[in-house]
Amino acid sequence: MHPAKSVIYFTTASGAGYGLFVMAWIFSTWLEVPAYHGLGQAIFGTSFFLIITGLLASTLHLGHPERAWRAFSQWRSSWLSREGVASIVFFIPAGIYAWGWIAQGVNTGVYQMIGGIAAILALVTVFCTAKIYSTLKAIPAWHDPLTVPGYLLLSLLTGGVLFLPISQLWFLETQPGLRLAVLFLNLLAMGLKLFYWRGVKERSAVESASSATGLKGKVTLLEGPHDQKNYLMKEMGFQIARRHAGKIRAYALAFTFMMPFTVIIFSPFGPPDYAFGLLTVAVFFTTIGIALERWLFFAEAKHVMTLYYGADEV
Amino acid sequence: MTSLPKNPSKIKLGLVTDLDICVGCHACAVHCKEWNTTGYSAPLTDKDPYGENPEGVWFNRVHTFEVENEGVSQTVHFPKSCLHCEDAPCVTVCPTGASYKREEDGIVLVNPDTCIGCKLCSWACPYGAREYDDTVGVMKKCTMCIDRIYNDTMPEEERVPVCVSTCPAGARHFGDLGDENSDISKLVAKRQGYDLMPGQDTKPVNQYLAPIKRTTQVAPRMMEEKSSDKAGLMARWVDKVLS
Repeated sequence: MHPAKSVIYFTTASGAGYGLFVMAWIFSTWLEVPAYHGLGQAIFGTSFFLIITGLLASTLHLGHPERAWRAFSQWRSSWLSREGVASIVFFIPAGIYAWGWIAQGVNTGVYQMIGGIAAILALVTVFCTAKIYSTLKAIPAWHDPLTVPGYLLLSLLTGGVLFLPISQLWFLETQPGLRLAVLFLNLLAMGLKLFYWRGVKERSAVESASSATGLKGKVTLLEGPHDQKNYLMKEMGFQIARRHAGKIRAYALAFTFMMPFTVIIFSPFGPPDYAFGLLTVAVFFTTIGIALERWLFFAEAKHVMTLYYGADEV
Repeated sequence: MTSLPKNPSKIKLGLVTDLDICVGCHACAVHCKEWNTTGYSAPLTDKDPYGENPEGVWFNRVHTFEVENEGVSQTVHFPKSCLHCEDAPCVTVCPTGASYKREEDGIVLVNPDTCIGCKLCSWACPYGAREYDDTVGVMKKCTMCIDRIYNDTMPEEERVPVCVSTCPAGARHFGDLGDENSDISKLVAKRQGYDLMPGQDTKPVNQYLAPIKRTTQVAPRMMEEKSSDKAGLMARWVDKVLS
């Protein structure tokens, strides 16, 4: 599948934004973090910026962005529509929670409950995003039980990694627990991705040129229907990555999981400025890694349609 | 609207393609392009049509496969257009309702006025039947020539999709596959018509008829030397004189 930059930016940025909101809500509720004005601005500013720019980016690849509002109508049947609805409805409780925190200096009581609803909606949004991919039977690498947990874990992980330097700046008591949680999420997500990548590599084919045409025997494409690339071949027949998949996977693994893991482990030792610097580096590594991971998610996924264009099996 | 019809009619309009007959002339693809570029989903935009890299939107494409089975090779021309599936995944994924399946006859269409061009339907279709028009910014697909088949101003025999009427070999058939007594359903029953990729659970309406199995006997080779006693009298005499 063609890895569109706007979709990669959308899923990684808004995933991190929703993840940051969830992690911030969980840890500030659990450890009763006071509603510092600047802290609220940092948390919600970062989170909302990532979500909103992500959503805007996702409309960039539309043929008719001005009609995007129509996408809220089909939530009964379409995961894309559900994602759209959840992503916007989130802002009602999230906005109230952020307003309470920043303008009123309150993040407990009713505000906390409303924040909890927003956190659930944030997770629902990421869940819907993942469902868009996992329900596509025509793309076996996405139609996989690990797709949904993968998106949810990576959203929480990237959100947690973002929350680390923020809580470091305010010397929050969340720091040790949050660090442990992030390290745990890191290992969990790494294990899941390794399983997923092995699955992609070793999965037995679900369709073949024979099942695509219904012809018995060895079926090979003798002559394509046209001699130039068409939309289908460009969108579904993306080939560039597969040669380099092993290398890119190694980089994705190092940048998303191993390097931030090491940096976060070493961050508590030394002066606080040093810790903040290291945790910012972890954010930087994770950003590169998650972009590579998402790029691979697209580039490695083969569509059964390619069977009509020369693929033997998918 | 993007939910599949709750009370679909029994009528399932569809195409049957006879792979035994198709000669791979691409007339169906060309006529489809010609008709539909001024039809329901008009235009079927072309980019760089006379240049180095022409590309454009087509509803119907003819792929040619080589099939080797039990030592016998066969060339099979394989026209492919939207299969108007009963469980059309392209319809249920649509976030706007632009992609829909008609309740009255099962034809799958895209409303070009409400399509946002998100392309998700083309990802959901296992058959590569939908092509995005990035000049117009909407998804396009086979309409079953909806602007012909119900067109009262046309003579009745012309009220069929152009891929059917234009086929010089009679490889494509159009009719109601929901009615088991229709000619087309009888043809499918007789020739054991089949679904493409049944494992995708899309329940395509369109059916394909397999090429009839060739015999394993290969044609005699022209250039092989014949034994001399099988030759005619004159040839044997010449052979004798010369050898």
